[in-house]
Amino acid sequence: MSRILTEKVVSVKELAKNIYKMTVQSEYISMNAVPGRFVNVKCCCGIDALLRRPISICNVDKDGGSFDIVFQVKGKGTEYLSQKKAGDEVDLIGPLGNSFEINKDNKRIAVVGGGIGIFPLLYLLKELKGVDRSSYLGFRSSDYVVLLEEFGAESEALSVSTDDGSRGYKGLVTDLLERDIEEKGFDIIYACGPTPMLKKVSEISKKTGIPCQVSLEQRMGCGIGACLVCACKIGNPDNWDYKHVCKDGPVFWSDEVIFDD
Amino acid sequence: MTDKNIDLSVEIAGVKFSNPVIAASGTFGFGREFGDFIDLNAIGGISVKGLTLEKRQGNRPPRIAETPAGILNSVGLQNPGVKAFIEEEIPFLKRFNTRIIANIAGNTIEDYCAMAEMLSDTDIDAIELNVSCPNVKKGCVAFGNSPEGIREITGRVKKYCKKPLIVKLTPNVTDIKEIAIAAEDAGADALSLINTILGMAIDIHRKRPILANNMGGLSGPAVKPIAVRMVYEVANVVKIPVIGMGGISSGEDAVEFMLAGASAVMVGTANFINPRACVDVVEGIKQYLCRYNHSSVHEIIGKLQIY
Repeated sequence: MSRILTEKVVSVKELAKNIYKMTVQSEYISMNAVPGRFVNVKCCCGIDALLRRPISICNVDKDGGSFDIVFQVKGKGTEYLSQKKAGDEVDLIGPLGNSFEINKDNKRIAVVGGGIGIFPLLYLLKELKGVDRSSYLGFRSSDYVVLLEEFGAESEALSVSTDDGSRGYKGLVTDLLERDIEEKGFDIIYACGPTPMLKKVSEISKKTGIPCQVSLEQRMGCGIGACLVCACKIGNPDNWDYKHVCKDGPVFWSDEVIFDD
Repeated sequence: MTDKNIDLSVEIAGVKFSNPVIAASGTFGFGREFGDFIDLNAIGGISVKGLTLEKRQGNRPPRIAETPAGILNSVGLQNPGVKAFIEEEIPFLKRFNTRIIANIAGNTIEDYCAMAEMLSDTDIDAIELNVSCPNVKKGCVAFGNSPEGIREITGRVKKYCKKPLIVKLTPNVTDIKEIAIAAEDAGADALSLINTILGMAIDIHRKRPILANNMGGLSGPAVKPIAVRMVYEVANVVKIPVIGMGGISSGEDAVEFMLAGASAVMVGTANFINPRACVDVVEGIKQYLCRYNHSSVHEIIGKLQIY
């Protein structure tokens, strides 16, 4: 069950240019979160930046009763959010959405993240301790590289790419996945990031027969399945439905997602 | 006056509502989505997501754009179809003490008549004729933007409709008064207004509209003064009850509409931001009545004093 909550901000820290990590004290979210789920945050009170902003849960401290979100400042709403200080209140609804499937039979897993899509994958990796975890993270340039230490600590192998080669491999993060895929023999792939990346990972999954879950993004309204704006095509080309990222997702099996051009 | 003694109930076209706050169509799903957050018994009624004869997938995403104090949407009437609503959603909604309004939309007048006939044999309380959705290419808004169009569709649907018929008006017209009068003449039992205002938002970096449908319907606090004006204009020229909506998110907002002549209000976009918006509006109306020593909500309906 999700709730409307008013919680206290513990800290806000700028991790990289325009990318912020916010820790929020919330017994309820920390007890009810699972990897893949998100919170829908009202960034300021009143009618400015009217809609809530959906932000995935990046880390949970069950003992301390807190959780982290990481977000990029993209507009007015996230700008307001980044200006919050320790002790401020934050109005949020959560936890929302479905979750990544965690199956103990999967011994070798890969996570593929692009840009600000990497954050829910960190939480997933933490919940998968004990299996062989390979992380593939792609960024635009070294300026945007964040949380490498944290990902390193939760991965048996970590590979990084940037579009301009300023950090790690120069090129697409999916090249790195393809490079390793035969040798590593993954049981499952989890991906979150820009649509072209998800589309490519989905093709790799189809070619190799390795099951893959993707976490989708779409412009969202309510976050609770009422407004029906965050539509995504689910099914096969001859028989599909517009499902909704907030309620039916954000996580889907890649072979059921139809990526429109 | 203590708030326990305040009578919030209203009657519209013979339907008794426990309070004047109704969830607006397209913003409340079929009620289930709000079960985590509010007691559905606490709101006067629910106008369900716009229904069509057959299931509809709706428009391509992106379907939403945030604008100053508002949103543009172009959902395009995604819904499971009227049969699925009757079989799966009415039984759920009947578990609550709230009035059910079925909002219907179609490509042709025959579609509307067929749906009105099907729904007349169910447990719903009223039908809301959606002739004002700006997001579908065929039908719908075409029937609602001229007095002739609205007269014809209202008259024909009325023949098949055994439930009270509410006609929902579009604001995208030159003179809403003549549209309202035409609907009343043709047999509408009540009017609801306003639907969304046709608008557009552009991503200047991509040089493209934000919505994949190019245009969409504007709603939220930004539209409220326009909506209040239109409700005021319409309430003064028709005898049938008017349900007001457009940017309501608080009791104070609702009171503005009621003073302007609305017998009840609908809360829409506010539900997206605050899932408790409808109950907050009920509470806010009650507090207002209490503050000014009114014992009934009827003491404020249409009681605006004009300069």
